[in-house]
Amino acid sequence: MNTQISPASPAPAPPVMRIRALSKVYRMGEIEVHALRSVDLDLYAGEFVVILGASGSGKSTLLNILGGLDTPSGGTLRYLDHDLSAANERSLTRYRREHVGFVFQFYNLLPSLTALENVELVTEIAPRARNAREVLELVGLTDRLNHFPAQLSGGEQQRVAIARALAKRPDVLLCDEPTGSLDFPTGRRVLQVLEQANRELGTLTVVITHNAAIAAMASRVIRLSSGRIGQTEVNATRAAAEEISW
Amino acid sequence: MLATALVVGCGIGVFVTMRGTYDSLVRARQNYYSTTRFADVFAHLRRAPLSLSARLRRIPGVAALQTRVVEDVTLSIPGLTEPATGRLISLPGQPEAADALDQLYLTAGRLPAADSDSEALVSQTFAEANALGLGSHIGAVLNGRWKELTVVGFVLSPEYIYEIGPGMVFPDNRRFGVLWMNAEALATAFQMKGAFNDLAIATVHHASEPEVIDAVDRLLAPYGGTSAYGRAEQPSNRFLNDELGEIRINATYIPAIFLAVAAFLVYTLLARLVSIQRSQIGLLKSFGFRAWRIGVHYLELALLIVAGGLLLGLAAGIRFGVALIGVYRQYFHFPALAYRISLAVIGAAGAVALTAAIIGALSAVARSMRLAPAEAMRPEPPRSFRAGPLESLPLTRRLDPVSKSIARNLARRPWRAALSIIGIAMAVATVIVGRFVFDAVNHLMAMHFDAAERQDVTVIFQDIRSPSALASLRALPGVLRVEPFRIMPVRLRAGARSKTVSLVAVPPSGALFRVVDARGKPIELPPEGLVLTRKLAAILGVRPGDPLAVEQLDGRRRHFSARIVRLSDEPLGINAYMDNAALAAVLGEDAPISGARLQIDAHRAPQLYAQLKRTPAVAGVSIRSATVTTIRQIMNRSFIIMTLVMTGFGIILVIGVVYNSARIALSERGTELASLRVLGFTRTEVAQLLLGEQSLLVLAAIPTGYALGALFCRLLVPAFDRELFRLPFILTRSTFAFAALITLGAAVLAALLVGARIARLDLIAVLKSRE
Ligand SMILES: Nc1ncnc2c1ncn2[C@@H]1O[C@H](COP(=O)(O)OP(=O)(O)OP(=O)(O)O)[C@@H](O)[C@H]1O
Ligand SMILES: [Mg+2]
Repeated sequence: MNTQISPASPAPAPPVMRIRALSKVYRMGEIEVHALRSVDLDLYAGEFVVILGASGSGKSTLLNILGGLDTPSGGTLRYLDHDLSAANERSLTRYRREHVGFVFQFYNLLPSLTALENVELVTEIAPRARNAREVLELVGLTDRLNHFPAQLSGGEQQRVAIARALAKRPDVLLCDEPTGSLDFPTGRRVLQVLEQANRELGTLTVVITHNAAIAAMASRVIRLSSGRIGQTEVNATRAAAEEISW
Repeated sequence: MLATALVVGCGIGVFVTMRGTYDSLVRARQNYYSTTRFADVFAHLRRAPLSLSARLRRIPGVAALQTRVVEDVTLSIPGLTEPATGRLISLPGQPEAADALDQLYLTAGRLPAADSDSEALVSQTFAEANALGLGSHIGAVLNGRWKELTVVGFVLSPEYIYEIGPGMVFPDNRRFGVLWMNAEALATAFQMKGAFNDLAIATVHHASEPEVIDAVDRLLAPYGGTSAYGRAEQPSNRFLNDELGEIRINATYIPAIFLAVAAFLVYTLLARLVSIQRSQIGLLKSFGFRAWRIGVHYLELALLIVAGGLLLGLAAGIRFGVALIGVYRQYFHFPALAYRISLAVIGAAGAVALTAAIIGALSAVARSMRLAPAEAMRPEPPRSFRAGPLESLPLTRRLDPVSKSIARNLARRPWRAALSIIGIAMAVATVIVGRFVFDAVNHLMAMHFDAAERQDVTVIFQDIRSPSALASLRALPGVLRVEPFRIMPVRLRAGARSKTVSLVAVPPSGALFRVVDARGKPIELPPEGLVLTRKLAAILGVRPGDPLAVEQLDGRRRHFSARIVRLSDEPLGINAYMDNAALAAVLGEDAPISGARLQIDAHRAPQLYAQLKRTPAVAGVSIRSATVTTIRQIMNRSFIIMTLVMTGFGIILVIGVVYNSARIALSERGTELASLRVLGFTRTEVAQLLLGEQSLLVLAAIPTGYALGALFCRLLVPAFDRELFRLPFILTRSTFAFAALITLGAAVLAALLVGARIARLDLIAVLKSRE
């Protein structure tokens, strides 16, 4: 299953993320909720991974752990040669800052900053940042640089959020329902941006979605159910974002 | 919420403490005065036959009358190197004692035996200050003859709650005290048999005090009367009034600040709640809840918080009040002084607190009522921002995004930012006002003792004497320099206004005593005419160049007119000054003197004091170092509580305002801040974003507070513009620095409290929901 070769990295390479026997248990008083049960997964540079699964199957939990927002209850999680399962708060913050790009369903932009400034916020603190204007150009927002979030449409806000995530040259781009609150044409526009970034920058991209149609874009599709990895499919050919519809 | 309740509690607490203390003191004084029959009018004279009392009694408005013999003498107190001054007062004879005026309250011992000529009652304050026990002996020079007096009892007198000696502005309980002896004994010693030289009168309820005073003055004039005066001028009562006045200022001013801030905190708190709970409000409204029910709910919350603060404040205030009264019991010698709080005060506290709550709650309640159900259920739309006009400046354009965010968040709610700034500035101002009195008193002391009264020792004679008496002073051991003065009681008249003061006549260019201007520079006394204390000129409504009618109240009671040449600004007392040669010329005398200021060799002070104790002509000696200490003690006592309270409150205010507004920012922008943490911002960076805003507010508040504090002090100065003393408007750099430090310290404390909450931000919850 880990023989997938992405277009951006023609030679086999060690995985960027290596997950073994990962579990997450939420304890709520007497009740234990097993959000993840013994997950094994390797993620490679340049991959475009789509995670599908029913509501409550553990998708967000997995993504949050991958992004260093949460810590697993058991198992190991390595990013290149860093052991994230044993990392403390400070090094997790650093990991997020230097290597992870997040895109959420609810954009989470700072309303007090313009599109450009929202991106600059990240370029100021990231070590290998790109030029903020360039990234916004990449997501097609050259003419919205000085607009505040309240003056942007949902799709535009989401593209700013993507630009913000890409601006630090992340090694991992994690998207939790990026099109969840967008209509079809806007959602497709956002997917195009993600696809383009994956293609042009070779960023390992993980997208969570309820929308099975999006799976066609993926180089690999992972299905979660009840906290376990079920089926994994490797797409021999990836559909372009324009071809997708729902 | 707790912060708000605490601030309310502080306001109420101070109010209850101070107002309760004030009321208790006023009540205790009232009781004391009425049970001891404190007189209404007082007069002193040279000597009049007792038969005159019948005529005095017939003056309309006089209800009761007490004649007495009162003499100031030099005392030698065991354990005190310097001579002390004693005021000997005759006790009423046995049959009249029961309905005498100004009755004594015996706290220990007994009355002098009926026929004793050496037993004396001593004021308890004086006895305590000198550790005198019952049975101890005091040396006294009675009319030139040395006599040993035996202490047989301690008493309190309504006339001498504060014992202020001749020529003194402040009480000095070690060196001035009052003693009471049998009338017979005093009359014999001072050749006053069948005569009296002092008078106390109780008036009937609706009597006109000025008319009684006029009638008394007319009757006493031939007997050397020096102008009768009412309670307002009675030294002890006047001093007490001033001190109570200070407590009253504290009791109104400080709580007012607190409650204003509390109203502001209630406002911000509810505004925050309404914005957080807008969807619940919408839900309730869509279920059919009436708008007013929801409004009432928020109002109830405000009232609940304030009620919590009120209870807290009442409880704390009563405890502090009891403690404070305990402190005051040492200073005010009332026979019965207990902290009692009236229902009226509690009611007032409650009313004021509730008003603050309602004012604070009003706008938030109104907003919750206005919310349309549908609108309320939608999450608040992303707040709209815009770049302010300042941002086109090259300097601001280069700001990093974090700073821009801070600036815009502030600019977006300028009104709220302004309120926070005002709140913190109030705290800065409070601290400044608390320190101001100390700055002012220090300045006052420097003015008085370094610029105006530079002598080491002041000697006051029994009677005015010829200038030749100076030679004998010069001959005393250790005396380096002698400067004579004459203090002549006068009544100054300008049109309808008049005032009884001392006319101080001194050599024109003295080195020890100098009349000073506002900056402490000496004023040369003009060869003729008067120099008046500015305050006195204000009382009389006169200006330099105006003529004054001067009426001598002792000696030959001459009347003359003198022109005011200029005004002086000494901070203590009110006087008229004149060149002694000029006065002598006007009166046609050879410049008699009432006493002298001495500069002495400190090493020989003990010998000097020993001699002075036994010098019959000397009625009183006051010593600079002792006076300085006493004044400091009194000033500190009056003001230390105010300073401590104000500083403490400043701290609580800053913490309250900063913490509250940071909490509001945190709850409004928690999502934003958590997403920054998700993006990899460290806790410190996020805290900077949140607290950066607060620090800007604090930084803006400090200069604002400086201005506000200076303004408050300026407004406070008239409250301390008394005849007794006037506080100058002086603020030192160290006070400003102190206020800034206190404010910054308190702000940091508040920041730490909020910082702990930043660490607990829930990153994942933020991603799940939209608000
Ligand atoms: N903080 C938490 N405390 C307790 N249980 C939790 C917590 N977060 C998630 N869970 C539980 O863990 C399981 C997995 O949750 P997760 O959010 O990963 O699901 P998901 O696949 O992202 O669902 P959705 O598609 O609805 O977003 C669920 O059963 C959920 O109830
Ligand atoms: Mg999810």
